[in-house]
Amino acid sequence: MSYLSITDADREAMLEAIGVSSVDELFEQVPPGVRLGRELDVPPALGEAELARHVEELAARNVHTGAELSFLGAGVYDHYVPAVVDVVLSRGEFLTAYTPYQPEMSQGVLQAIFEYQTVICELTGMDVSNASGYDGCTVAADATFMAKHARPDRTRVVLAETVSPQVRQVVKTYARGFGLEVVEVPHDGGTTDPDRVAAAAQDAAAVLFQQPSFLGCLEPAPELAEAATEAGALAIAHVDPMSLGVLEAPGAYGASIAIGEGQAAGNWPSYGGPHYGFLAARSDFIRRMPGRIVGETLDADDRRAFVLTLQTREQHIRREKATSNITTNQTLLGLAGLATLSWLGPAGLREVGESCLALAAYAHERVPLEPAFDAPAFKEVAFRTPMPAREVVRRARERGVHPGYALGRDYQGMDDVLLVSVTERRTVEDVDRLAEVLEEVCS
Amino acid sequence: MAAAESYPDDLKYHPEHDWARIDGDEATLGVTWFAQDALGELVHYEAPEVGSSISKDASYGEVESVKAVSDIVAPLSGEVLEVNARAVEEPEIVNEDPYGDGWLIRIRMSDAVEVDALMDAEAYKAHVAEQ
Amino acid sequence: MSAELPFHEPGRAWPPAPLIFERSRSGRRAGRPPRPDLPVPELPDGLRRKRPPRLPELSEPELVRHFTALADRTFGVDTGFYPLGSCTMKHNPRVHERLASLPGFRDLHPHQEDEAAQGALELMWRLQEILAEIAGLPAVTLQPAAGSQGELTGLMLMRAYFADRGEERDTIITADTAHGTNPASVTMAGYKLEKVETDARGNLDLDDLRGKVDERTAGLMLTNPSTLGLFDEGIEEVARIFHDAGALLYYDGANLNAVVGRSRPGDMGFDIVHYNLHKTFSQPHGGGGPGGGPVAVRDTIEPFLPVPRVVRDGDAFRLDSDHPKTIGRVRGFAGPFGVFVRSYAYMRAYGPALREMSETAVLNANYVLARLKDVYDLPYDRHCMHEFVLSARGLKREHGVTALDVAKRLMDYGIHPPTIYFPLVVPEALMIEPTETEPKERLDEFVDAMRAIAREAAESPDVLHEAPHGRPVRRLDEVRAAKQPVVRYSFDDDPALVG
Repeated sequence: MSYLSITDADREAMLEAIGVSSVDELFEQVPPGVRLGRELDVPPALGEAELARHVEELAARNVHTGAELSFLGAGVYDHYVPAVVDVVLSRGEFLTAYTPYQPEMSQGVLQAIFEYQTVICELTGMDVSNASGYDGCTVAADATFMAKHARPDRTRVVLAETVSPQVRQVVKTYARGFGLEVVEVPHDGGTTDPDRVAAAAQDAAAVLFQQPSFLGCLEPAPELAEAATEAGALAIAHVDPMSLGVLEAPGAYGASIAIGEGQAAGNWPSYGGPHYGFLAARSDFIRRMPGRIVGETLDADDRRAFVLTLQTREQHIRREKATSNITTNQTLLGLAGLATLSWLGPAGLREVGESCLALAAYAHERVPLEPAFDAPAFKEVAFRTPMPAREVVRRARERGVHPGYALGRDYQGMDDVLLVSVTERRTVEDVDRLAEVLEEVCS
Repeated sequence: MAAAESYPDDLKYHPEHDWARIDGDEATLGVTWFAQDALGELVHYEAPEVGSSISKDASYGEVESVKAVSDIVAPLSGEVLEVNARAVEEPEIVNEDPYGDGWLIRIRMSDAVEVDALMDAEAYKAHVAEQ
Repeated sequence: MSAELPFHEPGRAWPPAPLIFERSRSGRRAGRPPRPDLPVPELPDGLRRKRPPRLPELSEPELVRHFTALADRTFGVDTGFYPLGSCTMKHNPRVHERLASLPGFRDLHPHQEDEAAQGALELMWRLQEILAEIAGLPAVTLQPAAGSQGELTGLMLMRAYFADRGEERDTIITADTAHGTNPASVTMAGYKLEKVETDARGNLDLDDLRGKVDERTAGLMLTNPSTLGLFDEGIEEVARIFHDAGALLYYDGANLNAVVGRSRPGDMGFDIVHYNLHKTFSQPHGGGGPGGGPVAVRDTIEPFLPVPRVVRDGDAFRLDSDHPKTIGRVRGFAGPFGVFVRSYAYMRAYGPALREMSETAVLNANYVLARLKDVYDLPYDRHCMHEFVLSARGLKREHGVTALDVAKRLMDYGIHPPTIYFPLVVPEALMIEPTETEPKERLDEFVDAMRAIAREAAESPDVLHEAPHGRPVRRLDEVRAAKQPVVRYSFDDDPALVG
């Protein structure tokens, strides 16, 4: 099968117009020494029906969140994705357009990005948002690069240990190129001590913390932001968009930059992507923002119109001095986020948050295991298990329940800690079932 | 409205399209008509801080149009005494009046001998003609 | 002014498209999330949200109409011809969307145990194998999220490779035709940048190159064919120069669509290669993304690849993070999996005929080039590969019509403009990439439009200066947008709105 449209007759006519006798002649500019003189050694072509069957067979060998009762979270969450998202994703105009370099051809997607930026700013309490980054990890690296330029004399970036391990790993990978030393602040009982942050931040360009923390706890976010800012560092808050109907906005407690993983708002788990990372900041940082930004202006007839703006920040103009190398971003996933957050509205987002809080409290009370931390939770609760948590996961899965994430995968000394995630899609009965299975497998 | 092309005789010029008006041991600096014309309407002027030092042939700031950004190269070395706040607020003034209200900074020169290496208007016009 | 539209729907009326916030009415809603019959715990005072976010408040019918209206004001490959150079705007098969949405993929949690994700891991492993064969290099990471992240990953790999060998090298060489991502990635990776010039035939200038490569050089970043759409005829000598100096070669895969099955970057001498899954392998571009930027490397560089990696043990597949020399992680999880499903399906649909994909891309580009080169300037008069660069400098000189004017007028013909003003080495550049999926009729329509525009430039240049005439908006005041940035809705304009 192929998706080509040229007939044999077309090819003859085209070769004649070009003035060559074969396609091979067009490839003569490829030196003989670097031509592949054989067929590619790849599996044979499949027709659409055979292709669908083959790929369906692969899909069938995965146990997805609908096939077992899942309490997995730890960065990717099973929130409901409304059907209105399908309207966005199935429209060929959104799906098959590229970056809106030509605004007259792209008013729809430009306006949608402008609306997305507004929604992200409203959620985070910030002044300016970009059109999306790759994911919740890379936006942390982007924010660190912003901080490096905003605080050029500083040499470190401080990460709370309660920040997602993957986010920290990505920041560490990038920070070498930025010439920044990464310092991690250990947690105390699942949350971060502002005094430790204050001490670590003295020569730091930025402090990155996460609310709610990766361990499920609510951090003293206002105190962490204050500790960072008083030390002269930028406070970067990594937040869960679905928490921001009930939890305070980073802009309201003094964060300079708010970032996060957008998946929970409008994207399916999809084995880790594609999702979108969001990045918003105070207006002081507008010229240091990475990636695309859409702005409002007027056309020649004074009609409202939208256009990519402040492009001199970007790689295609500023090249080696650009604020980032990002080009392709995650626009379509961000638009799914816009659709989802608009479907929820302020009331729906608050209700999702309240459902999470209520179910997390219920799990805390109902699960027959000792909570690992005392701090209040949003939608994830860590429990101590009487055997390695991975073994609990194995045994529970045999009973059709995925009980959560074994924190020992990332944290030393936490082999016996299980992180249970609840979203508004879990029910009281689901939590009861989890409690029952954990009772069975842990006794 | 953009100014008409001109290169005043009383100024000294640097090949990177910057001008200097010498006044004792001080100098006022800006970009030439050619530079602003090549960039198009300016939308941003990233100015140096008052009190900072600038070095001949090195960048001391940036000017931006919608689709281009350009380093501003110092024709002379010295200490920044004043930044043209109006050019920061209304960068299009550089397009409208590059040698007057569109000046960029005023400096105290650290090495007056550097002036001798700059071009006069005739030499600069010849330089522009080659571009 | 009102110009006669060449487009078949002259004077199409575009209904207004209010912002979603302007469609919003306080108290209206679409979604009602489940609410368990449980008490909601009190939050500590400092952590509780005080002022709700002013999210839109719409019913579902209005939401659907809103996004439909915005889609209508957007032009995609599904709408029409989209020859945006260097972006490979080919058809996106719809079966991909269906397959990526299978519950076994879409609802698969990335922390699922490996034994319960075998189908996903096998798909990734098979994709790696095919990508390795296409590049002619043995090891692949799928993790990078897009081409520019692939570049950055490649540069990090170089740094790790030289650090492991105890060599201090600090400079990366790029071509003057390079995409802006190349120099931007060089800076983010902590390297210094050196540029090499293009010679009169559009190849790297070997003399310039020889003078710049030394023991401080870590490597070269090169797009081949270049952004001029020309294959570098001296690539073997280029590779020799770098390898003799102990440096590495990085292949920017932006233009890989030209050579799949015809020539392999590994055989050209490249040590590190990135692919753009959203260009060559048909992940839909999504109005700006997502993409995918896997990286393939020579065996000497394999130890440094990002983790986790997808490996096969007998009949089983697993994620493997046990690589002490790794550069680390560059994004979350194992990469944009949904993109992998689509690109894998695309490769399996073609099989070894992927070569015909590239051959047809090259045929289509050369056909359009042959039919346009008498009316537009052709700076490098050679056969092109999958794209080519024309210049409107003749039109500018004779009629005052610029590449921008040509681009805007193409819109009135129902065609998306090509990439303009890039590469920087060509004045008034028009960079045209038709792709292989277009039929000859669409190519002919484009040629006819471009020729008509060249005539219009002579006869009625003002029609071009004022174009487009048939889109929802006319040319925009971009200076205003940059000078007084309005990057979010203000809510102040309409007191009836929420909040």
